[in-house]
Amino acid sequence: MGGTKLSLIRFSWRKLSGDLIFKAMVGLFALGILILSFFLFRELFIGSELSRNTFGLGFLTTTTWDPVNEVFGALPFIFGTIISSFLALVIAVPFSIGIAIYLSELAPPKLRTPLSFIIELLAAIPSVIIGLWGIFILAPFTRDYLAPPLSTYLGFLPLFQGPMYGLSMLTGGVILAIMIIPITSSVSREVIMTVPVQQREAALALGATGWETTRIAVLPYARSGIFGAVILGFGRAIGETMAVTMVIGNSPKISESLFAPSYTMASVIANEFVEATSKLYVSSLIEIGLLLLVVSIIINIAARVLVWKLLRVEGGGRA
Amino acid sequence: MKKRNIVIILILAGVLLAGCVSKPAEVPVIQPTKAPQTITLNGAGATFPYPLLSKWSSEYNKINPNIQINYQSVGSGAGIKQITEKTVNFGATDAPLTEQEFSNVGGILQIPETIGAVVVAYNLPGIQKGVKLSGDVVADIFIGKIKKWNDPRITSPNSDIVFPDKDIIVAHRSDGSGTTFVFTDYLTAVSPDWKSKVGKGKSVNWPVGLGGKGNEGVSGLLSQNPYSIGYIELAFAKLQNIPYAYIKNKAGKFIEPTLETTSSAAAGAVPNLPAGDASWSSVSIVDAPGDNSYPIGSFTYLLVYKDQADLTNGKALAEFLWWAVHDGQKYSSDLLYVPLPEQVISLNEKTIRLMNYNGQPII
Repeated sequence: MGGTKLSLIRFSWRKLSGDLIFKAMVGLFALGILILSFFLFRELFIGSELSRNTFGLGFLTTTTWDPVNEVFGALPFIFGTIISSFLALVIAVPFSIGIAIYLSELAPPKLRTPLSFIIELLAAIPSVIIGLWGIFILAPFTRDYLAPPLSTYLGFLPLFQGPMYGLSMLTGGVILAIMIIPITSSVSREVIMTVPVQQREAALALGATGWETTRIAVLPYARSGIFGAVILGFGRAIGETMAVTMVIGNSPKISESLFAPSYTMASVIANEFVEATSKLYVSSLIEIGLLLLVVSIIINIAARVLVWKLLRVEGGGRA
Repeated sequence: MKKRNIVIILILAGVLLAGCVSKPAEVPVIQPTKAPQTITLNGAGATFPYPLLSKWSSEYNKINPNIQINYQSVGSGAGIKQITEKTVNFGATDAPLTEQEFSNVGGILQIPETIGAVVVAYNLPGIQKGVKLSGDVVADIFIGKIKKWNDPRITSPNSDIVFPDKDIIVAHRSDGSGTTFVFTDYLTAVSPDWKSKVGKGKSVNWPVGLGGKGNEGVSGLLSQNPYSIGYIELAFAKLQNIPYAYIKNKAGKFIEPTLETTSSAAAGAVPNLPAGDASWSSVSIVDAPGDNSYPIGSFTYLLVYKDQADLTNGKALAEFLWWAVHDGQKYSSDLLYVPLPEQVISLNEKTIRLMNYNGQPII
């Protein structure tokens, strides 16, 4: 930008006004999201007023869901949502981190791009398709091949007792795991890729093997990022509706066994909102929506706090 | 630099303009492009009659090219809401309006447009359709009181069939649905136990069983699990070739669900049907009298206002309804809907004649 002094001044003035407009515009976009969430929350709050007044806090602890007699309680749905999402994490996290390590550290360069492309493609499959696949392939598979060994070898735990009909908490957890692996693994991979090469070189120079390098030099460095990826996956599992509705069995009962059918908050809304005619019924479903939002917010805040603490500890360690 | 500024300003202006003026701008643009006489009748409601209504829509459009019928199958509840708020020309529901809904809407006509049957379907390896069940047995299976297939109450009317000593797996709908309403309406009618413990509704608090979403969810459960039992629409069972039970009717006969037996159940109920502008909340054709009546069925209804606010639209709507309950019925059987009996058609004629504009009858 070599020019005369005058043109430089003119340029900077223009730049300033351009910056202002740009700033105002993107600021407006960001503000829009804030306003939207505010109104969303407000709408759910107002819509659930009747239910909140009728059931009070008992809504959170009641286990009955009886549309005929208009008795509504959310506990089975809260339980089902949290347990199925947690189960999904237990299954998905080792796979996702393994995939991420393989793709970033070990895979031959020729394989890396196509493999990660295919994994990300998994996220593009509509969840109703995954759900149908769940009904016809995954549910019978879980019933015939996954549940019998579990009940034979781990049957002393209440988790793996009782009859298994295919549609169950376990199947719901597995399908959620499949759905969150793409996001968790691809974010983890990105994070691991950002680990400086010097970290690895230093470890290798000290005589570390490939596994040791990953363990002592790469993973600790990427820990908080991987944790963030896991939370992202958890958030997705909590809100996932269609696929899990189709395989979890939709029975609002709390059971110790993973073989028993269960129900999630998102599922009950998807299942019953359309045909809910009475005001109290609709209001109760809206309150479940509100709870879902609150649970997601709490989990996200908890995740932030954890990541932040991890970062601080790491920062201290490095300094 | 200058260009970039202009681009940014243009984008900003475009975003703002699109947000502010898109609606008013569209109206004058669209009208001149379409033929002036084109009338669009919008409807919304139950999913069950959707295939029939879309067939009617395309067939009627062939006869009257200037009339477009646009039906969204968003569920009975949403259909009732939309007709109450007058955002559609007609609504559709599987269950008649309740007393409260009826008084909420005000001045609504209920027109039964076809009949649906619900079958009790099962997956028993080696056993075809035709297991004989009575209503109280079905109710006790779904309550969880009868747990095994070789329970004497199941085996005694079926002496020709050998039942396995297996647990019964119960499958039901998890989504709110007219099918569930019809099925629980029937169980409530025949089993005092069911009536006091569960009751009838589009969703109920199921004592036992697995919930599948939609007919496909329940039939998926049935096909995946040997020794299961569930309930689905007749059309769905026939198309998917799922075996179903013969149900004992009020006359004490075990009846196979077919279009004819369901139709005769509806005909048996006719003498007790109310006028089209009265409340239909107590109308039910489950457990209907008659030797040949299949006991689990229901009308599904179209909802229109008695007083039409617009003569052109009102006339088009009334003419379409007239066609649907007469000529339209011939498309029912192919799609496995039960055609209306003669008596119901003449009742519907009276109802459609009640439609008026400023007090003047439209037809």
